[in-house]
Amino acid sequence: MASTKQNGTANLAANGQNGYRVIGTRPVRPDGVDKVTGRAVYAADVQMTGLLHGHVLRSPHAHARIRSIDTSKAEALPGVRAVVTAADLPVAEDKIEDLGEGAINLKYLSDNILAHEKALYHGHAVAGVAAINPHIAEEAAALIEVDYEPLPPVMTVDDALADDAPILLETLRTDSMGEIGSEQTNLASFFRHQRGDLEAGFTDADLVVDRTFRTETVHQGYIEPHAATALYSADGQITIWTSTQGSFAVRDQVCEILQIPVSRLKVVPTEIGGGFGGKINVYVEPVAVLLSQKAGHEPVKIVMSRADVLAATGPTSGSNIRVKIGVDSNGKISAALAELYYEAGAYPGSPVGAAANVSLAPYAIDNLQVDGYDIIVNRPRSAAYRAPGGTNVAFAVESVVDELAEKLGMDPAEFRILNGARENDRRPDGVQYARIGQIETVEAIKESEHYQSPLEGNYRGRGIASGYWNNWGGQSSATAVLNPDGTVNLNEASTDIGGTRASIAMQLAEAMDIDYEQVKARVVDTDTVSYNDVTGGSRTTFATGLAAYNLGQQLKKEMKRRLAEHWDVEPSGVSYEDGVFSAGGESLPFVEAADLVQEEEPLMASSTVHPQDFGPGFSTQCVDVEVDPETGKITILRYTIAQDVGKAIHPSYVEGQMQGGVAQGIGWAINEEYIYDDEGHLLNASLLDYRMPTALDLPMIETIMVEVPHPAHPYGVRGVGEVNIVPPAGAVANAVYQATGVRMDKLPISPANLLEAMWAKQAEGAAELVPGDD
Amino acid sequence: MQAIDFVAPTSVDEAISALAAGSGMARPLSGGTDLIAQLQEGRLALDTVVDLKRIPELMAISINSDGLTLGASVSCHSINNNQAIRDAYPALIDSTHLIGGTQIQGRASLGGNLCNSSPAADSIPNLIAHSVTCHIAGPNGRRTVPVEEFCTAPGRNVLENGEFLVALEFPAPPANFGAAYLRFIPRNEMDIAVVGAGASVVLSDDGGTIQSARVSIGAVAPTPLFVQEAGDALAGQPVSEETLAKAADLARDAARPISDMRGTIPQRKHLSGVLTQRALRIAIDRARGTKTVDELGRLNGHG
Ligand SMILES: Cc1cc2nc3c(=O)[nH]c(=O)nc-3n(C[C@H](O)[C@H](O)[C@H](O)COP(=O)(O)OP(=O)(O)OC[C@H]3O[C@@H](n4cnc5c(N)ncnc54)[C@H](O)[C@@H]3O)c2cc1C
Repeated sequence: MASTKQNGTANLAANGQNGYRVIGTRPVRPDGVDKVTGRAVYAADVQMTGLLHGHVLRSPHAHARIRSIDTSKAEALPGVRAVVTAADLPVAEDKIEDLGEGAINLKYLSDNILAHEKALYHGHAVAGVAAINPHIAEEAAALIEVDYEPLPPVMTVDDALADDAPILLETLRTDSMGEIGSEQTNLASFFRHQRGDLEAGFTDADLVVDRTFRTETVHQGYIEPHAATALYSADGQITIWTSTQGSFAVRDQVCEILQIPVSRLKVVPTEIGGGFGGKINVYVEPVAVLLSQKAGHEPVKIVMSRADVLAATGPTSGSNIRVKIGVDSNGKISAALAELYYEAGAYPGSPVGAAANVSLAPYAIDNLQVDGYDIIVNRPRSAAYRAPGGTNVAFAVESVVDELAEKLGMDPAEFRILNGARENDRRPDGVQYARIGQIETVEAIKESEHYQSPLEGNYRGRGIASGYWNNWGGQSSATAVLNPDGTVNLNEASTDIGGTRASIAMQLAEAMDIDYEQVKARVVDTDTVSYNDVTGGSRTTFATGLAAYNLGQQLKKEMKRRLAEHWDVEPSGVSYEDGVFSAGGESLPFVEAADLVQEEEPLMASSTVHPQDFGPGFSTQCVDVEVDPETGKITILRYTIAQDVGKAIHPSYVEGQMQGGVAQGIGWAINEEYIYDDEGHLLNASLLDYRMPTALDLPMIETIMVEVPHPAHPYGVRGVGEVNIVPPAGAVANAVYQATGVRMDKLPISPANLLEAMWAKQAEGAAELVPGDD
Repeated sequence: MQAIDFVAPTSVDEAISALAAGSGMARPLSGGTDLIAQLQEGRLALDTVVDLKRIPELMAISINSDGLTLGASVSCHSINNNQAIRDAYPALIDSTHLIGGTQIQGRASLGGNLCNSSPAADSIPNLIAHSVTCHIAGPNGRRTVPVEEFCTAPGRNVLENGEFLVALEFPAPPANFGAAYLRFIPRNEMDIAVVGAGASVVLSDDGGTIQSARVSIGAVAPTPLFVQEAGDALAGQPVSEETLAKAADLARDAARPISDMRGTIPQRKHLSGVLTQRALRIAIDRARGTKTVDELGRLNGHG
């Protein structure tokens, strides 16, 4: 096991480890200077001649029928150039019978852009306005008269599944493992993963813990609000400049929604100020296109406000979760049951499927059952959020695991090693693991200075938790142009959110045995390379990196072939080592070779990949907390994350991912939640009251990169972006238990919720509030 | 946000006429950190903004043996950087160092904080603990109001149309005086107080007896509350945890909070007691000269 404890960027490696020239070093990122000098162009920075400004009118109701919309007063306001509503979108209904489920999805997609007959959440877009400045656009939007018939809101799993629950989508029928129900419902789908004999497993158990949990809706909290500019040219060609995790995903969605061929739309990705899964769905892009067309082919820019971002984009599901786990007298898990009820928001599609895979993944279990329910409620349509669905379910499972270990009198790390999943064990849905590093992450925590050091003081506690994320491969395309001066232009289409331009360029440099500084990486638009999936699923350094590796191999091979011709030898006779080509007595350094081989014909390479064998990621984390017993406020004293990172290409960016995931997970654990009133109005659509952690709320997060190389990647790369957010809520909850004796069954563990739970515990007449406080 | 007239008078009289001319659609501007946000969010519609910062009296700081007179528009930053204020009224810095962050403090004023009249405003319980008097100017001349009577409802106060706050007058601190302001927020910054508590004490020369005390709590009623009974109960009592606990109980009883997204009724009532007791402890330490403002800064989450 190559385990490196690295903290911050203090110990910059001059050379990469393990014989690599570039991999494992920490060079500066290509976008660094522009970003620190303010030159980098983000979506809201896009400027062009004749630019109009758009504003989106949103529903003040959580659930309402739209009887009519009168836009005439808005259109009459001087300075207004166009007003659009759902009536301007191609009618998606016509396609239902023709195309089956796909058309239904298309209708949901379209309805979320601009509400057709119903507004399904507070903040649902209803109309768009373009005007000569943003103030007029906003004023005009206020002049649009929408006649709403408010309907009772359905806000939670329990509301949605109640016998007399109001129905959100009239055409929705439950898809129960392929069988389609006949009744109207808010339950979009149900599935079950099952293996072994659950009943026998629980009968054999010496000890069973069975608990239910509730987690609230949370948002990704990217700092840059969504923004897009569209130009619908008079010749029918359309260009969109936008902040997105996937320019091709934007192209595909906009073309579906507007029913135009992909060849008519070019999407230009700008720099992006965070996404975390929330910048995959389109929101304002189709509206900007419609407005540009209607406004006489002038460009239209729409920039969302922070309130709009929180009200109408992103969030991930709140959930009700039941977890029941039994262990035998040796502490081995004999059976496990998980029931996952996830709120999808206004349209089907919560991450409950991914959550089921995450649920019991760190453990080897013969008898298990995982049930998943996808439920629609009057909240914004849920979007992906870093290891979608994982944090909720890991909070529940890791709390139960901690309770089992405690009742067994076993060290919680030992319990996880005893029951830990290894190569050839299976995920809850049956997928078999290749070489994985779960056990190694538990061992890294167990052996860490943090875990080994005593934690003293009242109302202090330590907790650990593990987590899994499947990662993804996806499709990537890239080209490389060899310049005569020995540099290489790398054109790729993966949005750079976490430093991927650098980590992909590093893999190309490594493959070609040249310096990182010789590669110029840039993110290009959808007309320039072939299809490329989103930056998501922790796939970019892995898959686009693989394409870069291939480009390096191709360029090297072709350079050898041309040099062989030049030197009049067999291509196999040309060797390339330490940046120098040689054959017989001849030799030529790379830079000179780059010039020579292009005297007759230029050289470029292209690569497309779709790797299926992506290695999953595991992480185990340890946290110390202190609880103020009089206020219920948690202070995070110390935090250590161990993560199996495969191979860290650029260690600083790997550590950044680990620390970022933990920071978000801590926010989710202790303060973040959507707060609604009884009518379904979102009350805290601001960063003042949607409480993400600030720098003052977090300690330095210590990282332990555990390198268990992924066998199916030339450099052993595994996705590192997501699994880090899975364990924090469970780890914090377990630490809070140690500190207070209270097992929290809901998130967030906010001061108000924790205080209440401590009071309830006191009222139970618990003899002693603090375990171990003696 | 629609177009708005901006006027910047240089005298109190000009400001009075500019405000009176607006017939309710004109408002004074100090730092603008509340006003501009409210305009942008559409929570306020105005046709005229009257900037008070060019009126010398509103930007003046005068400190001598009689006390401190602070122009209503003086920024928190100017207060934080004034060594004479830090020495004489260290507890005032608890609030001026807490409001927003460094950038906000460059603009935000105590006059603006008071006139915005939020029940959760971080300076008002502290001003009440310091027995501040408000100096008001208007079409009918000048008048004064004790700060505990200034706010009348959320966002409302005693100012009549055309009136504005000119200055805040702090009496000279008596011997053995100490004060403190604490707030509870779920994070360590960028939050609105769930509950705030300001307290001041005057101790006997030996530091063993409380001669007089003032307690005020915020975010637990439509206006910041002056809990006179808590101060009265402390007067003449020995300094002890029991004494403080009694005052804390009275503050808890006086609190009549609502439940909203920032806190629940039981949580706020409970915290009223907790924070009152903690603020009194710090006030007593300061009266005895045993606690510095920097230590308190950490307590308030400004590590
Ligand atoms: C990011 C941020 C963080 C904040 N954090 C805090 C915090 O932690 N605690 C807190 O209490 N507040 C906070 N605030 C609110 C605000 O900064 C404070 O209330 C500040 O003290 C207001 O002062 P100002 O000078 O900016 O007031 P302004 O915005 O200029 O005025 C506020 C109100 O008072 C009126 N007014 C101003 N001066 C006078 C006068 N002389 N006479 C009569 N009326 C007047 C205005 O018309 C307006 O209605 C925060 C605000 C922001 C934007």
